[in-house]
Amino acid sequence: MNAPESKRAFRYVGTRPVRPDGVEKVTGKAIYGPDYQAANMLHGAILRSPHAHARVRSIDTKKAEALTGVKAVVTGADFPTTEHIIMAVGESSSDLVHLSRNCMAQDKVLYDGHAVAAVAATSDEIAREALDLIEVDYEVLPHVLGIEEALADDAPVLHDDVFTKGVNPTPDKPSNAAMRVEMGKGDPEKAMADADVTVSGRYTCEAVHQGYIEPHACVSAWDSDGQVRIWASSQGHFAVRSLTAKILLISEADIRVTPLEIGGGFGGKTTIYLEPVATLLSKKSGRPVRLAMSRAEVFRASGPAPGAVIDITMGANKDGMITAVDMEFKYHAGAYPAITAHSGASSALSHYTIENSRVIGWEVLCNRPGTKAYRAPGAPQSIYAVECALDEIAEKLGMDKIEIRLKNAARPGDPNIMGIPQGEIGYVECLEAARDHPHWSAPLGPNQGRGIAGGAWGNYGGPSTAQVSIAEDGTVLVTTGSPDIGGSRAAMAMMAAETLQVPYEKVRVAIADTSSIGYSMVTGGSRTTFATGLAVTNASNEIIENLKGRAANIWEVNASEVAWGEEGAVCLAEGKTDETMSLAALAARTTFMVGAIGAESSVNPGGFLPGVGVHICDTEVDPETGHAKVVRYTAIQDVGQPIHPDYVEGQMQGGAVQGIGWALNEAYLYNDKGCLDNPGFLDYRMPVASDVPMIDTVMVEKFNPGHPYGIKGVGEVPIVPPLGAVACSVSEAAGVRMRDLPLTPDRVHEAMHPDD
Amino acid sequence: MPSQAYHAPATVDEAVALLSGEPDARPLAGGTDLIVQMKSGRNAPDAIVDLKHIAALSGVHRNGDGFAIGAATACTALKNDAALAAAWPGVVEAANLIGSVQVRNRATMGGNLCNASPAADAVPALVAAGATCLIAGPAGEREVPVEQIPIGPGHTSLAPGEFVVEIRLPGQVAGGGDAYLRSIPRTEMDIAVVGAGVNLVLDGSGTCTAARVSIGAVAPTVLLVEDAAAALIGSKLDDAALDAMGKAVSAACNPIDDKRGTKKYRIAMVAVLARRTALIARERAGAAS
Repeated sequence: MNAPESKRAFRYVGTRPVRPDGVEKVTGKAIYGPDYQAANMLHGAILRSPHAHARVRSIDTKKAEALTGVKAVVTGADFPTTEHIIMAVGESSSDLVHLSRNCMAQDKVLYDGHAVAAVAATSDEIAREALDLIEVDYEVLPHVLGIEEALADDAPVLHDDVFTKGVNPTPDKPSNAAMRVEMGKGDPEKAMADADVTVSGRYTCEAVHQGYIEPHACVSAWDSDGQVRIWASSQGHFAVRSLTAKILLISEADIRVTPLEIGGGFGGKTTIYLEPVATLLSKKSGRPVRLAMSRAEVFRASGPAPGAVIDITMGANKDGMITAVDMEFKYHAGAYPAITAHSGASSALSHYTIENSRVIGWEVLCNRPGTKAYRAPGAPQSIYAVECALDEIAEKLGMDKIEIRLKNAARPGDPNIMGIPQGEIGYVECLEAARDHPHWSAPLGPNQGRGIAGGAWGNYGGPSTAQVSIAEDGTVLVTTGSPDIGGSRAAMAMMAAETLQVPYEKVRVAIADTSSIGYSMVTGGSRTTFATGLAVTNASNEIIENLKGRAANIWEVNASEVAWGEEGAVCLAEGKTDETMSLAALAARTTFMVGAIGAESSVNPGGFLPGVGVHICDTEVDPETGHAKVVRYTAIQDVGQPIHPDYVEGQMQGGAVQGIGWALNEAYLYNDKGCLDNPGFLDYRMPVASDVPMIDTVMVEKFNPGHPYGIKGVGEVPIVPPLGAVACSVSEAAGVRMRDLPLTPDRVHEAMHPDD
Repeated sequence: MPSQAYHAPATVDEAVALLSGEPDARPLAGGTDLIVQMKSGRNAPDAIVDLKHIAALSGVHRNGDGFAIGAATACTALKNDAALAAAWPGVVEAANLIGSVQVRNRATMGGNLCNASPAADAVPALVAAGATCLIAGPAGEREVPVEQIPIGPGHTSLAPGEFVVEIRLPGQVAGGGDAYLRSIPRTEMDIAVVGAGVNLVLDGSGTCTAARVSIGAVAPTVLLVEDAAAALIGSKLDDAALDAMGKAVSAACNPIDDKRGTKKYRIAMVAVLARRTALIARERAGAAS
């Protein structure tokens, strides 16, 4: 890699220009998922189960089909039989049969809101009226919602074909324990016995929804020649293509997915819910069909992050060196097996170097929507328990809470839990920045407490494709297959401008449909700026070589005698060193002389590094009411080289706020029938603006030597530390250790007034 | 939301005729409750009678020493009436805790009352203030205390064809002050878990000579708690009197466990809230005497 030595060498990288897609978004003209309309389009609606767990005996759709205006009705019977193959879904994976049955129940409904039938009609009103005419005969089954309850011997078992993975031998009885994973090293039992101090506790947190503002929506059109066009907002239109193709047994080349603007995803739009249903409705009706979820449907039927029950024991010596960690956590999988426990286990201790550890994780099925990715999937829960246990150890030892973390912090070269040496990880630098920040030493007011917690996320590389071409006037077109969810158009334009040494304003970025560019993995895993940015950089470099060759031909010199700079091609050959040729001049010869100037790069890079962060949180607790208010919050993160610092800071602030919501108020509330009681933003309490102070950010810029622009993924880490930071802060303010999230006023009040 | 008839009468009489003529007609003011209920399928009236176009139902007017608030007046308009805000700050603040700014630009006092939610923010403040309602109906007009309108969650004492025309507040007396507080898990955009309204009068020595204490979200309807008022009257709102008032409101309430709070928490909180509300009312009364 030809990594520049100093970040100061950059002209555009690290600056804060206006984003290319900003104007159409702030003026409300951008076309998001639910905005899209196709000519002659029908309106779809989905009938959803009112039961948490039931067998579908029969579905009678005759009356709905007879309603004037209804053009198609689809049920599980219309879905082809698929094989049990494991499909990549974003950073995760799922069994194809489960993906298909989650789109439309095919024998049992497994949660309140599970789709059982769908209608396409000439208006939304008719479609909804038709839903009321569909008769579903349910045999209601006992349901189970909680983790411990689902593991009980007498619990209703959701799937008769799920046997616990990861235990040897594989059990012969189906179980709600979908998977067990274990990682560790050293001898934790002996080290725990030898430890000077130990702490133990059970920590819990609830399942939480990503809360993206834009609901899931798509339009699908099945053409008479069997080719399918889909317009959808997602975190990855190639994933929409491959999952829809596999579920419906269509070849991928016959599906063309056009990405629409995405109004938030946070991991939750790396999968599909509606596209196969809309496609089948279109096939039956012969017209394009739109499906869009309501907010209630989003809450009832799309996947949150798992809730968790975590038991942890931590041992340390007198000096604060953590000598042993023994933890076992159980995550809600929801209705279908998930693999979040893997990342939960591998992340739990990833920012510390601990000699002896055992981390056991479980995925537990229950009658809730299947969990899906949400920002650093699996990490916030397990790290929450680790950070709180560290807090308790520090308290026992009377040790400074940054000092104890510095003592145990993972440093470059240290072996991680799997024995792999850490890369250029900046956790020590983050802790030092926290220690030096005025927030850490600011006095606290009455009833206030301060918490600090670290966190990490592995990040990813993954496949990306980018094309760069030069228009005839010398302006630059960058095309990628990566949906822009957090400002990536700006980042791509900046990296192209930096590499080509052209003004940022001369670069335009487009996101192409699946038939117009090569495969790109989802925008997720904090990978897009890193991996797609590398593809853009590579393609830009290839163009420079091409342009140097063109200039060399004109000057009749060797290409090696041409340099590239801000002024364009520069001749280095003796006697011709005054010669330069601008990009515009070279581009002007495109049409009739030497043809198009363009390059494509497909990458699947290693070289990605984990992100780490440290958050400091001050809360004030009202001792009479139990209300905990965040009064000051500082997020510190190793962000590598920030490309566009505004969007890096925005990720840090947004992740912190989502984590604060998780810690303080958000929770799914189910009634005794297992139906969701709060499927809306009124009672599913995400923070509102007045709930949080301005989140202060500190970017620690530890360059990633594995990327030409030093990039580290930044989008996921910031949701990891808040759970621990808020919980430790409230515990200090309330004077009682709070281990169960969310820290709602009634819970804090109860803890502070146990005898009332 | 199925299709239905929509009427926009210009006079009270027309509205009475329309509401009396359609057995399942519903009056519409701001629509911040009714439209949401219709969209969710909880309410499907055959006809809607929009009251916003009746001049008598809009705006804040002087009524003798007091005020008449048109039933279709948006909450924001209360805040913009300086005399009302000075006389009844508790009422005005309560109305301006509802929802968001956008919601309050639509939501009305009559709607907040007639939606008959036990958690309606404006109602405890109105009850504490001693507000009454002017009701129009097929049998003519009548005036009743606000607390007699809701009779249970979603149900009112209004007869078929009746609707609230205006809400009447007396003039605030010398030495009088009111306040309203509510408890919600967040800082705004939420429904009261507990609410408390207090209106009291202090004499020159700071002794409470009259009081009304009202609590919300802790019973099927907003309650006027006579025992709580009695605990304050004759006192200087010392700790003993405030404790006695707290005990009285806790004893009076009859809450449920629901998604917004537990019964236990509500009973504990109503005393805390009433006490804090009384102290704000005392400060205002002191300033007014």
